[in-house]
Amino acid sequence: MGLKKKHLLDMQSIAPEEIKLILDTASSMKEILFRSIKKVPTLRGRTIANVFYEPSTRTRVSFELAAKYLSADCINVSVAASSVVKGESLVDTARTLKAMGADVIVLRHPYSGAPYHLAKLVSACVINAGDGMHEHPTQALLDLFTVQEAKGELKALKIAIIGDILHSRVARSNIWGFTKMGATVRICGPTTMIPVAIERTGIRLYTKMEEALDGVDVVMMLRLQLERQQQGLFPSIREYIRLYGLDRQRLALAKPDALVMHPGPLNRGVEITSSVADSAQAVINTQVTNGVAVRMALLYLLAGRFAGGQE
Amino acid sequence: MKLLLKGGNVINPLNKSITIQDILIADGKVTAIGRELAASLDLDLSRSTGGTDLEGRHLACPKPVFFNNEETSKDACPTISVINAKGKYVVPGLIDMHVHLREPGFEEKETIATGTQAAARGGFTSIVCMPNTEPPADNQAVISFIQQVAQKTGMVNVFPVGTITQGRAGKELSEMASLAAQGVVAFSDDGAPVVNAKLMRHAMEYAKMLNLPVISHCEEPALAAAGVMHEGFTSTMLGLPGIPAAAEEVMVARDIILANLTGCHLHIAHVSTAGSVELVRAAKKKGIKVTCEVTPHHFTLTDEAVSSYNSQTKVNPPLRSKADVIALQAGLKDDTIDVIATDHAPHTQEEKELEFELAPFGMVGLETAVSLVWTKLVIPGILTSCEAVAKMTVNPARILNLKKGSIEIGADADITIIDPELTYVVKPEEFASKGRNTPFSGWSLKSLPVATIVGGKVKWIKT
Repeated sequence: MGLKKKHLLDMQSIAPEEIKLILDTASSMKEILFRSIKKVPTLRGRTIANVFYEPSTRTRVSFELAAKYLSADCINVSVAASSVVKGESLVDTARTLKAMGADVIVLRHPYSGAPYHLAKLVSACVINAGDGMHEHPTQALLDLFTVQEAKGELKALKIAIIGDILHSRVARSNIWGFTKMGATVRICGPTTMIPVAIERTGIRLYTKMEEALDGVDVVMMLRLQLERQQQGLFPSIREYIRLYGLDRQRLALAKPDALVMHPGPLNRGVEITSSVADSAQAVINTQVTNGVAVRMALLYLLAGRFAGGQE
Repeated sequence: MKLLLKGGNVINPLNKSITIQDILIADGKVTAIGRELAASLDLDLSRSTGGTDLEGRHLACPKPVFFNNEETSKDACPTISVINAKGKYVVPGLIDMHVHLREPGFEEKETIATGTQAAARGGFTSIVCMPNTEPPADNQAVISFIQQVAQKTGMVNVFPVGTITQGRAGKELSEMASLAAQGVVAFSDDGAPVVNAKLMRHAMEYAKMLNLPVISHCEEPALAAAGVMHEGFTSTMLGLPGIPAAAEEVMVARDIILANLTGCHLHIAHVSTAGSVELVRAAKKKGIKVTCEVTPHHFTLTDEAVSSYNSQTKVNPPLRSKADVIALQAGLKDDTIDVIATDHAPHTQEEKELEFELAPFGMVGLETAVSLVWTKLVIPGILTSCEAVAKMTVNPARILNLKKGSIEIGADADITIIDPELTYVVKPEEFASKGRNTPFSGWSLKSLPVATIVGGKVKWIKT
């Protein structure tokens, strides 16, 4: 069995058995990461293009390492988002990439839906590495992998995702991912940062963090973009921390063995205290390691099957 | 040069009647209406056209035009042309009171020539063009330019709207009386709402003095913010910034209150939400002088159409929810909504190929409007054909004080013939408009304008 589509654009349309396949494959890939020689020849002769319209270290490096461990050639293309506005269209970039013949294009883009646009224009496989406020499917997959690894099973777990849900592509992808795997997702944040009609995804909505944390297996904190304050979405950092900051006392409301997760980069002392972020319950660094394994699995499943986008 | 429209189902939206009539046109005016006009008026067709009766295929026109495989002959005849309209609706020339012709300033999107060709092809004999040109139509010179170009290159009547404020900047009033003297039919800063309520009050007071309506694009910019689609479950899932229904309704409410204060005729452009319809309904009940319009795309599509990030669905106001669409249709039915107008907004392919959030708002509408009205409103029984025609003829004419919109003896011979039986597939590449930006590409629609007559001249005929 393989993946049904040649692109990974979102978690919304992916089937649970496909998620399972990716997670299972990631387990085998993770083993490679702990070998003394971290390289297998699986994707020799394949080209992966990391096309990033937004600055990102974590995700780009993760994809780059994943490609290199699988012996693929990897090129990094950084495009300033401002040049898009100046008329250098995604369409032109797509045509260029097509002409260069990449097998997989990993796209990070500040505008929601850009990977769909690209997928229509190129023959390569497209992996969404985060588009606007829409989705960040590889982040959700690595989060699923991390939780499954620690808890054994995803089914029947309670996951609390806390913070600025409105602007978070990580939250959207994780809502789909965890829900599809049978977990219950709780969403918590100030009403100003809860997107309209989010309940229709099947999540449970909270505005009081204490209630959201009660008895959960996983606490996932989201990064607060400090400029949201100027947009009138919360009155002050001080009040935000008071309501939605994760500290030791609050964490005690979750199950004793609850995992603490964060997609990074952290605002230490804002959404999460250092004491919690560096505690034994935190799996933030494991998430990073697992990110490489999950991305290796995806590259293998896509580029291994679709050379130049053709099966 | 005379023109006889023979045997069509003539719709009179004023008395809501449909009767089989012949219509005789001479010198740009309707000169006779009746049954078997050829006989009763003693038009000696046999002599003038060279030896056959009207029903025959042997009229002496050198180039007979075949009209749906029935005999039709036109301009080529020396004295009289005949269009056989049997089985078709013959309606007063349609009026679209919300069109962006883009000239001057954005000729790559549309020109007055191509926009009016699109109008003719879509069955419109008169169109009202919005002032968001470059330079904006905020002075007599620009209005005069539009009128002259329309005179020279236009296929249909063009009635310009002047701006409310200078440069559509919302700071100072335009010279509204001078614009009125130049012939504008209304005032609007379309696309740029007048945010300052005091200025809007004065604009309405001034427009009332000039006896012209103010057309308001209702959108509270702070609430709409960077929104690109309707705020709802779909925008949440797509991660696209939403425009709440409240952004429109807040300003609809404000402008209705100001219309009540000033006594000015307020026309609300492109209402898109259930709340707006309710506000207008209540205002009309109170006797406030307010009218409004809806576009075919707003009564046809919902925000779910955006799901594939197709920028052809990006429009302002945005495509709303199912409940809003149902409320708009109900508003059409009970006459809360007076007018169907297209908000024809052509853009280039390059612009629409951008990422959804960067692509411009707007879709073309002139060449699909009639089919959408029939397919989505008339055939499903939401409006009768008379009611639908009224919203594209007498109603906009009344709002804009145009001596148009009805077929009567002595009236301008602006007439549209619609074939309700034709089914076709929308092919943007066949549009006369430069704009191909439609979300209806590939849709199968029923009923189509087949002839457009402006001032007694056949400007477009489907061959």
